[in-house]
Amino acid sequence: MAEHFKLTIDGQTVVAEEGMTILDAALASNIYIPHLCNHPDLTPVGACRMCGVEVDGGRMVMSCMTPAKANIDVVTDSPDIEKSRKVTMKLMIMDHNMDCLACEAAEKCDLLRVASYLGIQPDQLENMRPLGRDLPLDTSNPFFQFDANKCILCGICVRTCEEIVGLSALGYINRGFKTVVGTFGNKGFVDSVCESCGECVVRCPVGALVPKKPGIATREVRTICAYCGVGCGMYVGVKGDQIVSVRGDRESPVNLGSLCVKGRYGFNYINHPDRLTSPLIKKDGEFVKASWDEALALIASKFKESKGNKFAALTSAKCTNEDNYLVQKFTRLVMETNTIDHCARL
Amino acid sequence: MAGLVTTFGSGAMTNSIEEIDNAGTIMVIGANVTVAHPVISHRIRRAAQNGATLIVINPKEIDLVRAADHFIQPASGSDTVLLMGMARYIVDNDLHDKEFIAEYTEDFEDFRKSLELFTPEFVEKIAGVPWDQIARVAHIYATGKPSSIYYAMGIAQHSHGTDNVMAIANLAMLTGSVGKLSTGVNPLRGQNNVQGACDLGGLPNVYPGSQMVNDVVIQEKFEKAWGGELSGELGLTHTEIFDEILSGTIKSLYLVGENPVLTEANSKHARKALEEIDFLVSQDIFLSESGKYADVILPAATFAEKDGTFTNTERRVQRVRQVIPPRGDSKPDWWITSQIAQAMGKNGFEYQDSSEIMDEINSVTPIYAGITYQRIEKTGLQWPCLDENDPGTKFLHKDGFARGKGRFVPLEFTASTETTDEKFPLILTTDRSLYHFHSGTMTRRVGGLEKLDGEEFVKINPIDAKEFGIEDGNWVEVSSQRGTVKVRAKLTDICRPGMCSMTFHFFESPTNEITNPTLDPVAKTPETKVTAVNIIKCK
Repeated sequence: MAEHFKLTIDGQTVVAEEGMTILDAALASNIYIPHLCNHPDLTPVGACRMCGVEVDGGRMVMSCMTPAKANIDVVTDSPDIEKSRKVTMKLMIMDHNMDCLACEAAEKCDLLRVASYLGIQPDQLENMRPLGRDLPLDTSNPFFQFDANKCILCGICVRTCEEIVGLSALGYINRGFKTVVGTFGNKGFVDSVCESCGECVVRCPVGALVPKKPGIATREVRTICAYCGVGCGMYVGVKGDQIVSVRGDRESPVNLGSLCVKGRYGFNYINHPDRLTSPLIKKDGEFVKASWDEALALIASKFKESKGNKFAALTSAKCTNEDNYLVQKFTRLVMETNTIDHCARL
Repeated sequence: MAGLVTTFGSGAMTNSIEEIDNAGTIMVIGANVTVAHPVISHRIRRAAQNGATLIVINPKEIDLVRAADHFIQPASGSDTVLLMGMARYIVDNDLHDKEFIAEYTEDFEDFRKSLELFTPEFVEKIAGVPWDQIARVAHIYATGKPSSIYYAMGIAQHSHGTDNVMAIANLAMLTGSVGKLSTGVNPLRGQNNVQGACDLGGLPNVYPGSQMVNDVVIQEKFEKAWGGELSGELGLTHTEIFDEILSGTIKSLYLVGENPVLTEANSKHARKALEEIDFLVSQDIFLSESGKYADVILPAATFAEKDGTFTNTERRVQRVRQVIPPRGDSKPDWWITSQIAQAMGKNGFEYQDSSEIMDEINSVTPIYAGITYQRIEKTGLQWPCLDENDPGTKFLHKDGFARGKGRFVPLEFTASTETTDEKFPLILTTDRSLYHFHSGTMTRRVGGLEKLDGEEFVKINPIDAKEFGIEDGNWVEVSSQRGTVKVRAKLTDICRPGMCSMTFHFFESPTNEITNPTLDPVAKTPETKVTAVNIIKCK
């Protein structure tokens, strides 16, 4: 058990746990400190300079980088803090593409949230000279795109790829004002080592990394991915009777919320027009639609003639345990043979 | 799986996925985890960043190598020799765990004698890698505990695949690296529910829960539970089924969600069998290449359209839930099978939903006895789970092996059945793509995945390509004794000189028409990882 201790934030006494930063302690006690580059899954870097606080009346420190300690007195807002945050925020917004209505991030945008918390007004931006960035979109990946004009260089994507995926496909390119996030040689996502897992897209706090076909689900169902043997837990989002989104289940001990490209984006086959939607019986070399009763009657009559060593079943490693149990019970009990196998060896 | 049953008494992953985080040494052999088990590869790479030593052994320089501390690139088919070489180094340098061997294992002396053959010179010659590389990883594996091994089809798909698996098991027992946290032998299962299909008796020799069909006591138990007579005779395996169709014995085949025309080694044989069989029923979500030969097609629901459970590679039984109604008139597989049984006038198949089937599974399958829908509502349980109060099993063989004592198996050197010669000078191995799954029936219908990887390439080392007069992107014919496939070439040094590699996801270039169908005599796994081929540039 981690040790607990007390500290004061804006005059409130709160309880924190050993290992928490001041920002963690505040957020855990429902006290908001503006922040952009902090993410609970990742190592803090103190890049966005938004979460500054004053400790014991001293100079400002970044709360995401400062361990919470017993009995300290933290102030999250003061004229000095506000001034610092506003200047930094204006610099960040200065060359940000402000096409908010058409932006994918919309109400999920952390930049918008922090800007409105700080009360940034349009006229406050006018005396600044925007750089007028017009960087090309990277649309090379079929599932998501990257707009460097909306990137705030918080580094969450870079750290996600390094710390969560263990891949480091993303990094910073150039220096100073010209710094952008990109792949090795800035060649675009598909021409890099990127595995298209979308973990960075999930964590991007603004509209820089967004899915190409964002699905807004009206309900979600918790289930298990049907691709490989890892068995990642996931939430499948539905709109009407169509699947529109998939996200990882953070409670699953198997994947802790992570998914791969197939699991996250590979669900369109379910609604593919090629899906078989009715039994078919071959007549004169052509498949003809049939009712379930017709198909079952034909199968029953044919199977009755081929019990014992005349019958074989190949069951499926893609089907459920219950499906497989019934195919083997059917083969053994009804068809009177143990000749049942599946593709375990392939 | 047979190799682990012989040595340990249970053929499943010994440890849990979460135990990767705390491993001291992780050895990944014959497994391309970044493409076949992506989320496990994230975890392995994270562990390597956080201090675990990662050893990768593979004839191809797979993507995981970038994260590895040590990489060995042996010749295809030399795994047993390499692993026995590691064992020899460990014994010669007195790094083996004598207490563990004495307390938990048997037949060590026989095994030790069999190491005599595997001298450094012999191992270097067969595996084609310097001895000091092998010695170094052996030293790390034996001393950098907790050590765990992960392997997949690169170990199993050989005519001596069972030997390969037993060589891994020997190495683990030798160093006492089984039965502890983050310490064990972990076969990574490929398909989402291949573990479950095995557990629930989708095999010719066992009832659910690995209970042998030729054990009279077990047979009587199932006869009583199911209310009918059962056969005590072992059934036929996958590849044997196609032989018996062609010989005229098997008249009817019930094909549930399988596509042997693309996945079976030497798939021409399977194709011919499906052409000739009297009556073929194909139950699937799409009309597959195999389904085209069917007499009756039954439309099945996908995983998103039905309830049930999958068992993942770490033995965790997890709840699958219906998300949307089945498309058209498609139905869950369990419903279809139960309707066929009822149409044949058989009692005992009147299930209302999948949970009633799980109740029956609980009652006849000891390792699943305590795994009820109610208990796995939130988080899945790992078998063995013997009753309602059993919390499940995080890692196997704690305080002794499932079979009693772990059994060391002395091994010899067995060459792959196909070696290169003038006519077929290269070795072809099969692999997978991150963007596709098995025969591609699902993933090839997802536009974005198809855009990321829409075509088969035979990957070949530039040195070989030069010799064969092939340039990057050329159309080539890859031929083995069994036939020819046409495909474009990709020049890459991820393949060792002398070997090339293809996936089997693409029906346009059905790789398995040319792969080596020679079976491992015990596990009956085909040798698709070693096929002698020739490559000619198309005119």
